[in-house]
Amino acid sequence: MELVEAIILSVLAASTPLLIAATGELVTERSGVLNLGVEGMMIVGAACGFGGAWLTGSIFIGALFGIVAGTLMSLIFALMALGLAVNQVATGLALTILGIGLSGLIGAGFVGERLTPAAHLSIPGLTDIPLVGRVLFGEDAFVYFSIALIIAVWWFLYRTRAGLILRACGDNHVSAHALGYPVLRIRTLAVMFGGACAGLAGAYLPLAYTPFFIPGMTAGRGWIALALVVFASWRPGRLVVGAYLFGAVTILQLHAQGWGVGVPSQFMSALPYLATVIVLVLLSRARTGGSTAPAALGTVFVPDR
Amino acid sequence: MQLVLEKRAERSNTIALVSPLIAIGLTIVTMTILFAILGKNPLLALHAYFIAPLTDGYSLQEIAVKATPLVMIAIGLSLCYLANAWNIGAEGQFLIGAVAGSWIAVKTQGTDAGAWVLPAMLLVAAAAGAVYALIPAICKVKFGASEILTSLMLVYVADLLLDYLVRGPWRDPNGFNFPTTAEFDPVATVPLLIEGGRLHLGSIIALLVVAAAAILLGRTIKGFEIRVVGAAPRAARFGGFNANQLVILTFAVSGALAGLAGIIEVAGPVGHLQPGISPGYGFTAIIVAFLGRLNPLGILIAGLFLALTFIGGEQAQIAMKIPLDVTKVFQGILLFYVLACDSLILYRFKLVFPNRQVARGAG
Repeated sequence: MELVEAIILSVLAASTPLLIAATGELVTERSGVLNLGVEGMMIVGAACGFGGAWLTGSIFIGALFGIVAGTLMSLIFALMALGLAVNQVATGLALTILGIGLSGLIGAGFVGERLTPAAHLSIPGLTDIPLVGRVLFGEDAFVYFSIALIIAVWWFLYRTRAGLILRACGDNHVSAHALGYPVLRIRTLAVMFGGACAGLAGAYLPLAYTPFFIPGMTAGRGWIALALVVFASWRPGRLVVGAYLFGAVTILQLHAQGWGVGVPSQFMSALPYLATVIVLVLLSRARTGGSTAPAALGTVFVPDR
Repeated sequence: MQLVLEKRAERSNTIALVSPLIAIGLTIVTMTILFAILGKNPLLALHAYFIAPLTDGYSLQEIAVKATPLVMIAIGLSLCYLANAWNIGAEGQFLIGAVAGSWIAVKTQGTDAGAWVLPAMLLVAAAAGAVYALIPAICKVKFGASEILTSLMLVYVADLLLDYLVRGPWRDPNGFNFPTTAEFDPVATVPLLIEGGRLHLGSIIALLVVAAAAILLGRTIKGFEIRVVGAAPRAARFGGFNANQLVILTFAVSGALAGLAGIIEVAGPVGHLQPGISPGYGFTAIIVAFLGRLNPLGILIAGLFLALTFIGGEQAQIAMKIPLDVTKVFQGILLFYVLACDSLILYRFKLVFPNRQVARGAG
């Protein structure tokens, strides 16, 4: 029982950054923009988040630093890909390269420092319930926030007029423009939301997951978040399933190493990456009938006047 | 009043030529500001980055050595990008090439194997790189899986495989437990061009690759197909060009070149297989390809320029304690400016006055 609870807890912890980053990217992509810079925004969010918390002693302010850093990074992307109509794939790559360099520069002063990680909820009576107590009532604020966030995004996309307009921009920017919607402004906001989420997801790593900052600590999670959006067919509900599945794969390989499974640790560590490739292939194959991607995803739009 | 983009009637050739230079100029201005923020004298820092490495023979050779893998990988990537196939996993193909070639070096170590060892290593490395690049290409063509994500995921897998081999089966028994193979035998080493220098045969191979790419793109039907499929997919379909086949071909060629670059790096300047053989060559090569305007000669120049930033970055770290990460920031900013300036080849800025626009629309 103890072990099952421990595994569920660690799966939730490993899934949360994936879920937050992928939620942001899902909104960005539903507006028709492919921002491949998630990894770069995350790692800068991690460095700034740790820096903010270390300087002020507050996890909350650290998280805010991460959000602001991610948003600023995404504004560079918006300026290039939306303002200057530059190829979105190339711009996203540039953002990741820049982000890795910047995070090293920002985080250099904090390497080796430790923080008290984010506090976990504790409700006497409820948190002590065996098996489910700590899972439901003993998480840190990030975990609860990530779930609230994806519900809010679902509600926004499918139950509000603004969400409908955002999806319209992603499916047909020419029509949305003709109807008088400010396509580029809507997309800029969607990109900023994606950046804020990526920054927060990055900040989660040194603030709650491991209480210290190391360069490159995102270790491809930004790219896995991108793959998760494809896995989820751009739908919030499936995104939750995907994020927890991937979190489970990550934890499985950690535990398998602990149990001394007779496979070299490097092969187990490669599992999440291989799983991503396999899932992408299987899903893309199952979907040959028609794509579920936003129709205008990744295409350049320059308003015609 | 508002600043908006407007499509040019035709692409501007003037801007196409000067845009890399504008981009480099803007990057240097930005770096000057960054150095000032870091509290370093910008003029001294710029001198350490861009001038000092050009003033002594050792550094000049070192620039050519660093440019060798960058140029080879970037040439392959440029073929992919011209055909609109997004291989961003060259780093993984580089590592797999290094691993596959090292396999022969490790297996023949201490035997009296002859001069065939090095050519065999180069061949096996190129083949392994090509096969590794074919995984995302085939997933793309057969199943429609995004080649961007799959090729990138395979970088992490290649990195872990290399790590396993040098910590496990291939570890040098006399290596004090360091994760490295033993030094390669002389027959498994890329020969130096100048005795006692740094310049090696790989640089000549890189030049041959540049020449071959220039001929392929400028003088052959295949090169024409690659450019048309990327630039005008509809026209290419009417012309009967097979876009899928070109994705496979360009991925295979770029994987082979990255693999070749990998083994040349290991059997040349490094001399043995170990983790961290690449300071991100596969990713920097993406910048080289774009800075060189996806043109072979341009890539050669861009590769030398980015190699200069690697060497300059190391010297600036030693001389002025400027963090090595500044080089990566520099490279990222440079790619942004290159892409932004490229936008002006197709578009121009225009000032619009919204009120007047409305009046015209109403009337």
